[in-house]
Amino acid sequence: MIQQQITLISFGYFRKDILEVIAEEVKHQFLLPVIFREGRLDLSEFYDPARRQYNGNRLLKQVDAEFSSDEAKTLGLFSVDLFIPILTYIFGQAALNGRTGIASLYRLSNERYGIEPDDKLLLERFTKEVIHELGHTFGLVHCINPSCVMHSSNYVEDIDQKEQHLCMPCRHKISIPDFDD
Amino acid sequence: MTRKISILIVDDEESVRDSLYSWFIEDRYRVECAENAKVALSMLESESFDIILADIKMPGMDGMEMLRRIKAMRKESIVIMMTAFATVDTAVQALKDGAFDYVTKPFDPDDLSHLIRNAAKLITLADENVVLKEKVMMLENVEDLVGKSDAMQKVLGQVESVAQSNSSVIITGESGTGKELIAKAIHSNSPRKFFPLVSVHCGALTESLLESELFGHEKGAFTGAMYNRKGRFEMADSGTIFLDEIATISTKMQIELLRVLETKRFVRVGGNKEITSDFRVICATNKDLKNMVEKGTFREDLFYRLNVVNIHIPPLRERVGDIPLLVEYFIKKYCTSMNKPPIKIDSAALRRLEEFSFPGNVRELENMVERAIVIGNGKKIQVRDLPLEKNLIDSSAESLDDHEKNHIFQILTKYDWNITRSAKALKVDRVTLYNKIRKYELKSAEDK
Repeated sequence: MIQQQITLISFGYFRKDILEVIAEEVKHQFLLPVIFREGRLDLSEFYDPARRQYNGNRLLKQVDAEFSSDEAKTLGLFSVDLFIPILTYIFGQAALNGRTGIASLYRLSNERYGIEPDDKLLLERFTKEVIHELGHTFGLVHCINPSCVMHSSNYVEDIDQKEQHLCMPCRHKISIPDFDD
Repeated sequence: MTRKISILIVDDEESVRDSLYSWFIEDRYRVECAENAKVALSMLESESFDIILADIKMPGMDGMEMLRRIKAMRKESIVIMMTAFATVDTAVQALKDGAFDYVTKPFDPDDLSHLIRNAAKLITLADENVVLKEKVMMLENVEDLVGKSDAMQKVLGQVESVAQSNSSVIITGESGTGKELIAKAIHSNSPRKFFPLVSVHCGALTESLLESELFGHEKGAFTGAMYNRKGRFEMADSGTIFLDEIATISTKMQIELLRVLETKRFVRVGGNKEITSDFRVICATNKDLKNMVEKGTFREDLFYRLNVVNIHIPPLRERVGDIPLLVEYFIKKYCTSMNKPPIKIDSAALRRLEEFSFPGNVRELENMVERAIVIGNGKKIQVRDLPLEKNLIDSSAESLDDHEKNHIFQILTKYDWNITRSAKALKVDRVTLYNKIRKYELKSAEDK
């Protein structure tokens, strides 16, 4: 791996304790130092009034241009509803084998689906989504192992089905040693 | 998935192309993009894609026209039409023109995944279908039936025309001409091919054993019958029964057989329950059954019941032109099974094979080629690798039968009349050896 660190940039308000848990898990998965930054973007520029959502393609490009560097994998954390032109919504997206990704917790909370709030579950889902998108930046494609965090998820229920970590084959693909090594 | 499915995205909007590209790449598909129909069609001329995902509304040639052209080029292409402006008319028209599906932008991520997975499943099934069809074709052609001679082509033509019917068939020909292969070919090309082909070598069984073999028996029917046993007629239900060496069955069995062929009903030995079985019967013999009927050793009514169609396989000496093809086929077959690189045959050796009489027919030639591959130098089959020297047609004034009789006698004497070892040395099966002993009325010194 060329990049020596992972940078998580929050856009908008996120509780500090949530970010710390995510950072710890990301560090544990990729065995790289994780640093935090707060980013500022005028999100109204990315808002599509017709869809009442934020354009994920344009946001990804903007984060990449403004906040990323070749020395780190950068992931923008959002709390707005993301879309790409062809899909009704996305949880996040990343440049495959690139340096940047984005993820949003907007559609991860139970409240969006008329269920009782569950902060613990929300944190788990968001952590998985962050690791998933970072995995893409390391060149990982969707994994066929249903418990691997790189398994494709179109619904929150799909996210709940998988674990928070990369499976062994995925770890090996990006040269991360086994947990026991 | 057995292979990587390829997708071509055709859309004039760059953001749509990019989004779909990223989405599919992450899902392990091979993806290419085209910005308009013209580019897509030129890509399709040089490369094939499993799935084409195309926008309907594009400048220049629209998606509907492109769909028609793609279908004209490659009917089996899976084309999914996309549009932001859905109308029932265009959807119906797209499906009428052969589109796999029609979707409205933007899609729900899960809908897109499902759509592509369904298309991929169809492609995988189509791939499997091709493989299975090839396997069935291989079976149907029965590749051991090699021959371009008129005589062999006539046989294959008969196989083709008789296969579709339910008629009884008698296959005649000398030992080693491939009668069982013809029976297999008829069965494999018939509507019964998905049901069993059950073979019975009548000549190898005594009357009582044959009866039990054909009709089955109930527990306790005879000493040693500890369990109920299904007979071959029962096993051949919906399929074909192949009765080899039909001329050897006893008069009693001829009557039994005639009754079963007429009613398709029988009772197991020692049983009383009538069993019905729908089978087709194919028989084989190297004897002249008509002559046996005239002599009264074979029932005339059974002969006519069986002899609805007669396929005669010519001996190898009457189709010398097939020998090079057969040699080539057997070399390939045995080199493959022995994991050896394919070898050639020396022209002199091939000439000698063409001059040989082959009393054991194709089976003898096959054994010769196999032996030559085993003992040869691994590069080319030479004359010295072939056991021909004593058997050339022009080497003796004696008849072929005399040659065969003498040779068999010598081998039997050498192995103290041990049939198994002698048959092994002669590279024929035990049944054939017994038949030859009967034919030439050979007797050991003790029996004389």
